[in-house]
Amino acid sequence: MGPPLGFTAKSNLTAHLPPVDLNVGVLFLIAIAGINTPAVFLAGWSSNNKYAMLGAMRTIAMLISYEIIQVLALLGPVLFVGSMRLGDVIGWQDHYNTWIFFIQPVGLLAYIIAGAVETNRSPMDIAEAESEIVAGYHTEYGGIKFGFFYQAEYLAGFAIAASIVTLYMGGWTLWGAEDYVPPWLIFLGKLYAVFFVYIWTRGTLPRLRIDQLMAFAWKFLLPIMLVNTLVVGGEVLIWRENDIADETALTLIGLVNFFFGAALVIAWARFLGHGKGKQRGQGAILTQEVGAVYYSPEPAS
Amino acid sequence: MDDTGVVIAFYVLAAMTIGSALAVVVVRNLIHAVVALIGTFAGLAGLYVTLSADFIAITQILIYIGAISILFLFAIVLTPQSGRGNQESFLRFPALALSGLVGAVLIYVAVDTQWNLSDRGDFQETTGTIGELLLDTYVLPFEIASVLLLVAVLGSIILVRPEPAEEDD
Amino acid sequence: MSVDLEHYLIVGAILFAIGLYLTVAKRNFVGVLMGIEMMFNAVNLTFIAFSRFAESDQPLAGHVFVVFVITVAAAEAATALALAVMVYRTRDTINVDEIDLLKW
Repeated sequence: MGPPLGFTAKSNLTAHLPPVDLNVGVLFLIAIAGINTPAVFLAGWSSNNKYAMLGAMRTIAMLISYEIIQVLALLGPVLFVGSMRLGDVIGWQDHYNTWIFFIQPVGLLAYIIAGAVETNRSPMDIAEAESEIVAGYHTEYGGIKFGFFYQAEYLAGFAIAASIVTLYMGGWTLWGAEDYVPPWLIFLGKLYAVFFVYIWTRGTLPRLRIDQLMAFAWKFLLPIMLVNTLVVGGEVLIWRENDIADETALTLIGLVNFFFGAALVIAWARFLGHGKGKQRGQGAILTQEVGAVYYSPEPAS
Repeated sequence: MDDTGVVIAFYVLAAMTIGSALAVVVVRNLIHAVVALIGTFAGLAGLYVTLSADFIAITQILIYIGAISILFLFAIVLTPQSGRGNQESFLRFPALALSGLVGAVLIYVAVDTQWNLSDRGDFQETTGTIGELLLDTYVLPFEIASVLLLVAVLGSIILVRPEPAEEDD
Repeated sequence: MSVDLEHYLIVGAILFAIGLYLTVAKRNFVGVLMGIEMMFNAVNLTFIAFSRFAESDQPLAGHVFVVFVITVAAAEAATALALAVMVYRTRDTINVDEIDLLKW
């Protein structure tokens, strides 16, 4: 329960009522998400149950892999804003009249995925995959203890959505509408929109296997996020050093990031073998070892 | 630091930290000792906040509680036959004397010395300055630390890798 | 009633002494490593306390040093625990009283 409560204490619901506005707000979000890992491990271990332990190990592997992606995704807005305070991030988006989503799309995508994994939501709910491992690390928990786990998971989903809205989508600002509409209403509207995306993917996408999930994090998302950080840092440097006018700079950065990000994602996916024309199962050939099926990019002739 | 809030926070956090550290020594079960160690780390993070070291406090939570505790728990899980007791070895009384002596000497030095204090007050925002220092004055240790981490990760993986099976064609 | 440098140094000294006791007197190798980590933490607290209270022309150098200490502690904990697992595999025990031969 610690992580979601920590998140809620940090969310900036309005301009004048953040419960606490830390100097290192962004880093605080990451640290609170990181407290999940020993909690999951101790829950699985104390169940004295082999399957609970296995579920806990898999969940921890998932959590620590996506923690890195989460940190890199949160680095994009911090590079633009120059400060880790969440109030400053919202102020930056208000001042430049843009959402960071428009100039940093790859980061938002990676953070949505990493957020879904960090809160054990489908399509990555390997911890509670009932058909696979009963209920993972909270198999042996029932009653109010299980209630704590479940409520923490839903609260964490809202907390991640709140941090997405704050960092990437402008928080409680809406290009001047906050003089007419109460800011907390704007924030809640955006929060529900982002959470709707989470519920939508939960209902739509099938569950990912653990090895697919890990390969996705380490082979696909991590190199893309590293290149993204490099590109964003370069853009901010060029912008600051050359004193380019704000609107042109931001428009250019946004366009470059969109096209470059799309090209990077598609090119890297092709490079890793997820090409459009080659569906899995069409190119299976049997190897020497009995029972092993080896997927290769070329179909067996 | 004269505010009553800070003073109360300091005493509560110091009691929590030292209490958890004593619990690591005393408890009978090794996993409970690791949980007490996590409590020590958390208390220390609170003490860093009272010293206005915001970046270091968050880094302490992130790395010590989020990662090093997991390392300890994994090591305990991977060594099952060794017994989960937390007993002391046969060196307990000399160790008690040694640690008492070291603690007493350190406390005496801390209390007795005339430290060169400044009335600078709290830090306002440490993260930016730490970042600049890391890339400006201390860039060489920074790069060496990254090499060190790489070597440690590779070394740990190579150490615990199972023996590769002999291949005969 | 105020909190000064000496208070933090005393807390750091007590933690260091407890860590030293754990390192020397625990039978389990993981207990020994817990003591080492506690000594690292005590040293970090001392550094931060000095950085906050003492006169210096670069006060945040203490913080940078602590960042490096945390890094080295993490690397050392990983390597030491890998060693612990390897020792367990070959000797089937992790009791430091019994691992006293270099070659068996």
